[in-house]
Parts: sequence; C-alpha cells; structure tokens
Amino acid sequence: MADAKAAVAVHDAGLRHHFDDSAQQFQSSTIGMWVFLVTEIMFFGGMFAAYTVYRGLYPDAFASTSRFMNVTIGGINTAVLIFSSFTMVLAVRSAQLGQKKALIIFLVLTLILGSVFLCLKYVEYHEKWVDHHVPGPAFQYADSRYFHQAQILFFLYFAMTGMHAIHMIVGAGLLITLIVMAARNSFSRGWYTPVEMIGLYWHFVDIVWIFLFPLLYLIGRPK
Amino acid sequence: MSQHVVSVKLYAKVFGALLALTITTVAVSKLDLGEFNVIAAISIAVIKATLVALFFMDVRHATSLTRLVVGAGLFWLAILLLLVLTDYASRGWFPGPHWL
Repeated sequence: MADAKAAVAVHDAGLRHHFDDSAQQFQSSTIGMWVFLVTEIMFFGGMFAAYTVYRGLYPDAFASTSRFMNVTIGGINTAVLIFSSFTMVLAVRSAQLGQKKALIIFLVLTLILGSVFLCLKYVEYHEKWVDHHVPGPAFQYADSRYFHQAQILFFLYFAMTGMHAIHMIVGAGLLITLIVMAARNSFSRGWYTPVEMIGLYWHFVDIVWIFLFPLLYLIGRPK
Repeated sequence: MSQHVVSVKLYAKVFGALLALTITTVAVSKLDLGEFNVIAAISIAVIKATLVALFFMDVRHATSLTRLVVGAGLFWLAILLLLVLTDYASRGWFPGPHWL
C-alpha cells in the first residue's frame, strides 16, 4: 500500500493514471490529433476536388477571374499566416522549456496575427460584395461569356476561404483558451499537451491557405 | 516529455524559406509559362506544406504510428483526387493541355 502511494506521488502532475508514462500519453494525444487532422484533410479535399474538376472544365473562365482577385491582400495574408505559424511554433518551444512568460507572449502574438488575417479577409469580402462578385441574384461579371462559369469560381472562393476563415475563428478561440490556461499555470515542462495539439491544428489551417492562395488568386496567365 | 527542443535559428530558417517561396510563387505567376504555371504553383505549394509539416508540425520526429496516420491521410486524398480526375479525363470532358 505504501508502495502504491509512492508510485502515485512520482507521477507528473498532468499524467492520467491509465497511461504508463508521460511519453505514452503524449503519443496517444498526437495520434488522436492527427486522426482528426486527416478528417480535416478529407473535408477540405472534397472542396479541392470540386475546384479541380470545374477548373478543368472551364479553364478560361477561371483564369479570367484572377484580375478581380486582390493579390496584394492575398499575398500579405499568406505572409501573416506563415508568420503566425512561426510564433506558434515558438510558443510550443517556450512551453517545452517551461517559460511561462514567453509562452503567453507568443500565444498572444499568434492570436494578433490570426486577427490581422481575418480583418484583411473582411476587407476582401467587402470588396467582392461591392463589386457584385458574390454568387447569387446580384452577381455581375465584366465578361458576359463567363457569367455562369465565373460564378462557380466565386462560389468555390467563398466556400473554401469561408471554411478556412471559420477554422481561423475556431483557432482564435482555442488560442484564447490556451492563454488563459497558461496564465493560470496549467502547463508545466511535464505537461503542455494542449499547446502542442492546438499548434498542430494551427499549422494545418496554415497549410490549407498555402494551397488556397495560388489556386484562387494566381490562376490567370499574364497577357 | 516531447524531447526535441529545436533551436530558434532552425525555425527562423524555415520561416524565411516559406516567405521566399511565397514571393517566388507570386513572381512565377507573372510569367507566361503556359501549362508550367499550374505545375510551378502546385509544386511550390507542396514544398511549403512539406516544410510546415516536417518542421513546424514536427513530423520528422514523429513515431512510426503517427507517420502511418499522416501517410494514410495523404493516400486517401490521392485516391479522392486521382480517381475523380481519371473519371472526367477519360470521358474527354477536359480540354486538357495541348501537349497531351
């Protein structure tokens, strides 16, 4: 009995008793998170497949939409998101080293960069709204030949960037949770699994944007 | 716990590479390379995604089981895209590149 108590006492604070040790618990969480990310790959994969089919069917119409895309904002947003992945990875590193202050600073930076991305996305959506490039009864297109086909591209644009933006909003909520947990000393060098897992999620959302940017903004060939 | 603390310098290098590739993809899109524009855009995106997965998501230090999960996910994505494309392409519904 005394031995059992001693064994409990040497546990890491975050270790659940049904795992052998912290390493096994961490690996289980990692695999679980990746299984979830695979479902996300398939979820976005369906939309990428739809995009590929329609771009294959209407290459000229799709190319004609590129001059209405704001490549400057799209490019800046790509850089902002890559920068946020960099700060996220530094947050995970701070957690590994048990540096609470650095962890909170990097999480806040990541949150700020994510918010900058969403604000710029709002500016872009507003531009599309003003230009009547939102699919539906009010849709207008400069080249009447491509009225219907270009609408498919703009539908895919809003569906894909919209789903991506929803993932960013969820990510921002998760970051706020992490910041609160970190401030309350919930993490230690022995247990910071949520920081690592939400980091994986954040990088996944970054990867989705890495594909969306060239596929939606840079289709058209220069004339 | 996770034993691999990577230096800030390495992360900064990956960050720099990702930014450089972003600039490259915009620059390449300004050139008229014919069919190669699409190939270049997707290749650069795949390289960027691989960098993020290997270094930021730490797949290079992952256990074999985690790698198997990642690989299976990509394999299923390949099934989704390739079988859909072969279906459309074999019916002759795609205009297709001129050199095919």
